[in-house]
Amino acid sequence: MLSDVNFTIREKDFIAVIGPNGGGKSTLLKLVLGLIKPDRGKIRVMGGAPGKFSPAIGYVPQNVHINEKFPITALDVVLMGCLDPGRNRPRISKEQEREAAMEILDRLNMAGHVHKRIGEMSGGQRQRVFIARSLMTHPRLLLLDEPTASIDTKGQTDFYKLLKTLNRDVAIMVVSHDLVIVSQHVKNVACVNKGLHYHSHEALTGDMLETMYSCSVEDVCRAHVIARGMPKNARTGKEA
Amino acid sequence: MDILQFEFMQNAIAAGLLTAVICGIMGSLVVVNRIVFLSGGIAHAAYGGIGLAFYFKWPVMLGTMGFSLAASMLMAAVTLKARHRADTIIGVIWALGMAFGIIMVDLTPGYNVDLMSYLFGSILTVPRTDLLIMAGMGVFITGLTAVYYKEILAVSYDEEFARIRGVPVTRIYFGLIAMLGLTVVMVIQVVGLIMVIALMTIPPFIMEKYAKSLAGMMVGAAILGAVFTICGLWLSYRFDLTSGAAIIMVAGMGFLASLLLEQLTSTTRNKRLKKGQTDGTGTGTAPTSLSDAREG
Repeated sequence: MLSDVNFTIREKDFIAVIGPNGGGKSTLLKLVLGLIKPDRGKIRVMGGAPGKFSPAIGYVPQNVHINEKFPITALDVVLMGCLDPGRNRPRISKEQEREAAMEILDRLNMAGHVHKRIGEMSGGQRQRVFIARSLMTHPRLLLLDEPTASIDTKGQTDFYKLLKTLNRDVAIMVVSHDLVIVSQHVKNVACVNKGLHYHSHEALTGDMLETMYSCSVEDVCRAHVIARGMPKNARTGKEA
Repeated sequence: MDILQFEFMQNAIAAGLLTAVICGIMGSLVVVNRIVFLSGGIAHAAYGGIGLAFYFKWPVMLGTMGFSLAASMLMAAVTLKARHRADTIIGVIWALGMAFGIIMVDLTPGYNVDLMSYLFGSILTVPRTDLLIMAGMGVFITGLTAVYYKEILAVSYDEEFARIRGVPVTRIYFGLIAMLGLTVVMVIQVVGLIMVIALMTIPPFIMEKYAKSLAGMMVGAAILGAVFTICGLWLSYRFDLTSGAAIIMVAGMGFLASLLLEQLTSTTRNKRLKKGQTDGTGTGTAPTSLSDAREG
């Protein structure tokens, strides 16, 4: 599905992964997470095989509506983030885990919803809970799969503001369809469509947006359009 | 309470309470993992083991347990490998196991087992040894669930996340189904395979709406199951009814009552919301709750 992919996520990077459905965005995420293995080539996460340092990667799933009726509170979902059967991290006590979870939830403005059941929350609130869960291990990289799919426009802007704050400490890789909002916030863009085209920040200028807007007929396949329509120098881009 | 003087009644109550605890734990896992159909399959396929044990004159408990474990492992493998047709294949194993059991009983010379006692059980004739085995199973299941609670919770709530974190999801899943296979056999002996399903699904289903955690759901379901069992036993004694069926009827009434209660509370909540909107008093809460309702 994906071939000739070669790129690096630097520390504190903020990279958007865009591309058409079936282009391989999810595959790319799964590769980084170590859920599937590449046929050829190598993936290194902090110098090791993916999956080995899984607590170093925080993952926020696309579907925040899973198991809405499940009897579990926000706090317990966040505490799930401490799961570490491989004992990769030093043990901390239950109280410390709880304190850490409360602190993170507070940072995400969710202090008032700690003991609410996950099903009683709105999509946006639930998403914050999932982000809090992924932050429990102090990851170096945060992976988010289509995070704004279930949030309204106002919520989306807030959401990217939140990501920007988080980006001070952690690299973020976000899969998205919405280039308009992504382009205002991220540092780099990776267009994934069978292959991967990396655009560093300099390429994310008016040129690129114009190409995108003028091709609104092919809206469904924006990434493909951009990848094709980019000037040559931008396409090869500066690889980090 | 003169009925408590009879030893058979004391045994029946003990069996009912043990069943309630085991079913409260395993039933909660069955409900949240949506494997009710699979447990039904195990329960019915286990009848094949009963037939097999009769034919070869094995101890019934052991024969059934082996057969049910094999059937449940097969079903677990099917649900993992052929996810999209899992229900069909489970349905086939369900029917095949049962047919196999009936034919084996037919072929057993001079032996006529009462199928009814395996469908609805014979809680009033539980021997002491079965009680001891059930108590052992109860301790075993509770202990295993307590030790692996975090992992089981993660796999049940968000399998993908559990996998990413390195939880041995497949192993936990097979372990869960194996535990289910053992539970079902254990409980069938006492309350019959129809009541296994009823006791494993109804109390957890009712508790799921009120519990704040999976553990809370298990405890609540166990208590509720115990209440249903005791009430059913009393009714069966008082009006001379089949005990298994009486217990299921009580549980069924509880199920209906919980649905009614839910309907009532949601109607009054909606009324209050509407009132709040027209009054303008509930402006702070009403819109968010409404959007919550829409999204949910």
